[in-house]
Parts: sequence; structure tokens; C-alpha cells
Amino acid sequence: MSAPLLETRALCRRFGALAAVCDVDFRLEAGARHAVIGPNGAGKTTLVNLLTGVVQPTSGKVLLKGRDITTVAQAQRVKLGIARTFQINRLFRGLSVLDNVYIAVAERVGAAPSKFRPAGTRRDVVEESMRLLETLKLADDASRRVSELPYGRQRLVELAIALGLKPEVLLLDEPAAGVPSAESHVILEAIDSLPRHIVVLVIDHDMDLVFRFAERITVMVGGAVFASGSPRDIGANPDVRAVYLGQTGHG
Amino acid sequence: MTSPSPGVAEHPAARALAGRHRLRAWEAIPWALALTFYFAFPKHLGFGTEVLVTILFAISLDLVLGYAGIVTLGHAAFFGAGAYTVGILAKHGLWNEPITSLVLAALVAGAVGFGSGLVLLRTRGLTLLMLTLCTMALLEEAANLGHEYTGGFDGLDSLAIPPLFGVFEFNPLYPTTQYLYVLAVLFLCFAFVRTLVYSPFGQSLTGIRENTLRMHAVGSPVPARLVTCYTLSAAIAGIAGGIWAQANAYVNLGTLGLDRAATVLIILVLGGHGRLYGAFVGAVAYMALSHFLAKVYPAAWQLGLGLLLVVIALFARNGILGIGEALGRRLRGTRAVS
Repeated sequence: MSAPLLETRALCRRFGALAAVCDVDFRLEAGARHAVIGPNGAGKTTLVNLLTGVVQPTSGKVLLKGRDITTVAQAQRVKLGIARTFQINRLFRGLSVLDNVYIAVAERVGAAPSKFRPAGTRRDVVEESMRLLETLKLADDASRRVSELPYGRQRLVELAIALGLKPEVLLLDEPAAGVPSAESHVILEAIDSLPRHIVVLVIDHDMDLVFRFAERITVMVGGAVFASGSPRDIGANPDVRAVYLGQTGHG
Repeated sequence: MTSPSPGVAEHPAARALAGRHRLRAWEAIPWALALTFYFAFPKHLGFGTEVLVTILFAISLDLVLGYAGIVTLGHAAFFGAGAYTVGILAKHGLWNEPITSLVLAALVAGAVGFGSGLVLLRTRGLTLLMLTLCTMALLEEAANLGHEYTGGFDGLDSLAIPPLFGVFEFNPLYPTTQYLYVLAVLFLCFAFVRTLVYSPFGQSLTGIRENTLRMHAVGSPVPARLVTCYTLSAAIAGIAGGIWAQANAYVNLGTLGLDRAATVLIILVLGGHGRLYGAFVGAVAYMALSHFLAKVYPAAWQLGLGLLLVVIALFARNGILGIGEALGRRLRGTRAVS
């Protein structure tokens, strides 16, 4: 294999005495469909925060295509192609769905600093945003205020904002969290249909989602990598079953 | 980008976004009213000028508070910076040509905004609120102590402001020049702010207001955007202060005081923040009401204003304009965001 797209080396993050993430060597290969699973408090979200630069590691390194980006700020990492969604929606709730995506696209194409032309005259940004909403079957809700949408649709807006950044690496933090199971298939389908040139890392408890989507699974327990392998290996691993699957059951 | 696919641009949401900045017919109303006032109430132009200056000041606050979500209680710092720039230059015979003085007022206030913004805007919420207040208090105390330049507690009066364009006299008893001058400056500044808030930059400010953390996550340079916005707003507040000093031919510590900062905040909340025209509605409502109440109940007029504010804060978070919008929505029965 060539150099991994995103890699961590001996990554640690402590909050006081708690080692939220400890000594994690993690590789995300080009074209990967990777999932990180683990019980609550295993350090999954902290790992995403470390990869995206929301928190700084106590020690260790984060590399993107072999380049050390450990000290690169969050906004800069987005420009380098790392985008994420949040476990709990972080949307521009008072704005329309289209505006939500417009803001992301405008930042990516460099339209956002422009002060003296109306936002609506950036046809390229408006049209790209609309097309993205069409792809995610959100076009019918484009004019609606995000706060008025059902939660499942809001999760799709989360995804739309991230995709508007045209990421190379997309980190999805519990993409279906809080979505009623009747609606969650829409999100799963959206994730399934992501193009292969986007590397996708999903963090989740939802075993249906993980085993349907992932080609490789990393199990985290207590801030460290417990096991890593194909879904078949992980599903058959008795240790994993003991610490995780056996305890928490399905989903 | 790729060639536009037909249909996408015709979607109602895309059309609404593409046309959001267009001028509506009703937007002529405030200006028509302002001109009507000029002809209808020639004896009240002093009051009218004061209202127009307050609108301008409130618009500058709307940019930071209503659009970028920067909660400040110290916006009079910039109003005062502008006012003292005009006052000191005129009083000491350095410079008093009205329009260039206003430009200088904007530059000085903008510089104060930029400098303080670099430090303050790293904080949020209550800390930010306190720090804006402190900045203003520091400036006020500096103006109080710098007696030699600022006139200290007495301020600077009888400023010699030459005629506008060398033709139109600033007459304190018949402030026709002042009124039209302030109206023209208000129009220009409003046009600037209106352009700004409908631009992609303005869009990103509302993004910061709605969810700062998400703005970081879409790669937005949030601190730089906030400082830019704060600086522009400070410059406009400086113009408001400078023009106030010119119209009244004096400056005092009140231009830098908490009273002024709190009043403009109340006006914006009353009218409706983040709505451009909230500044107009709020200033007119507040000032007309206090004018009226002060005549009817000289002893307790502030009580009436206080009660009104409580009602607005409890039942109409988006101010008077917000009430109008809610009624309009109910009448049309639509839930779309325009």
C-alpha cells in the first residue's frame, strides 16, 4: 500500500488524569470505508476532534498524505480536505437549508470574503448548493428553515454542509444518532452513495450501519485501539464480542 | 464550476436567494417619511436630526449584534471616538471641514474598533460583554482626564463647523442643513451596510451568529471575519458620533457613556435586530415615545419605556418588526424563509 491518506502516530490526548485517547496508531487508506466503534467513553469523538484539529493532542502526530498537520488549525485542515459532521447537529438553525449549504460552498470556493456583490449573484455557488441538495433529496426543503425540519432531515443537512466542502476525507460522527429507525435508511443510503474518491470514516454505535457500510473496522476501548480488521474478523473476534458486542448488544 | 443544469436555478429557493438583495418598493418608505418630516415639521428638525443620528448609530450596532451576533454593551466607545475626533480637531483649529472630518472620525473609530476587536473578539458571551463595557469606560475616563485636549468633564463646546461645501451654514436654531446632511450620510451608510449584509461576507457573519463552531468546521477564518465586521461597524458608529458633534457643535463625555450605549441597544432590540430596518423603527418608536412620555408624565416617563421593554423582551423577541413579520407569515400561511 502507498502512504495512507490520514494517519496518526502514537496519538494521545489527556483531560487531566483521563487519557481520552492514548497511543493510537490509526491509518485511513485512500478509498477507505472505515468505521470506528467502541463503547461510550472509548475516545471515538475525541479521535475525530484530534483528526480535525478541534483539540490538540497531548503527544503524538497527525499526518495527512505524509505531511505533519498536528499543529494546523481546524479551519486550515478543512482547506486541506478534511471535513466532518457532528454527533449532535451543529447547523445554522435560523437559516434556510439552502443558506446552510451556501455558506459552506462559499467558504470553499473563496466567495465568502466578498463584500460588495449580493450573495445571490454568485450563481455558481447557488447552483452547486442546489445540486448538492438534489443529490441528497433535500431540494424540496431547500427554502425551509433548518429548525423546522424533522431531525432526520437535519442530519442530512449536516451531511450536505460537509459535502459542500468537497472533502477528500469525510469524518461522520454518529451520522444516524437520534434519528428514528424509520428514517435512518435515508441517511444510510446517502452514505452508501458517496463517491469513492471521498475517504469516509464513520464513528458509531449502530452495528447495522457499521457492518453494512464498513470495509474495515477499528474497535476502541478505553482510549486505545483494541482491535482492527475486516467486519468479518471483528464480528468473529471473541475478545471484541466479550468487551463490546456481548455487553451492549445490538445497536 | 460545471455548466448550470437547467431546473436547479429555477428552484424557488434558488430564485429567492438570487433575488434576496433586490430593492423592494416599501424600502422607499423610511426615506419618503424622512423627507416628509423635513417639510411638515420645520420646527422639529433638531429632534429629527437627533433621531437620524440615532438610526445611523443603531445600524452600526445591528451589523455587529444583529448580523454577527457580537454582544456588546460598549458601542458608544466608537460613537465617542468619532465625536471627539471631530471635536478636538475643530476646537484646536486643526481641521474642521465637515466631510473630511467625518472621514477622519470614521478612520479613528475604525482603528479603535480594530485594535480593541483584535483582543476582545477572542472571547464570547458575558466576558465579551464586560470587556466591551470596560473599553468604553477606559475611553470615557481618558476623555475625562485629558482635560487639555478634550475639555474633560465640560467637554468641548462652540465648535466652529464651517458651511457644508462652503455654502450651507450649520444654524443651531434652524438646523435644516444638519437634517439634510445627516439624512444624506445616513443614506450612504445604510446603502453600504445593506450591500454588506446581503453579500457572501454578510452571509458568513450570520453563519457565525447562528453557529460559530460550525463556521470553524467549514473552514471559515472566524476571528478575522469578526474583526473586519467590528472595524467596519466601529467606523460607521464613528461617523454617527462625528456627525452628532457637527450637528450640535459640541462634544461631551455623554457620547462615550453607558447611557448612550445602553439606549442604542434598547432601540435595536425594540425595533428588531438583524433586520436592517429595525434601527429605523426602534429609534423612531423609542425617541418619539420618550419625547411624548416626558411631556405627559415628566416625573415617571422612564417607567413607561421600561414597561414597554419588558413586554417586548417577554413576548416579542424580534422586536416591533418581528411582530410584523409574524403577522405577515400568519396571514400568508407560509413557512418558507425568504
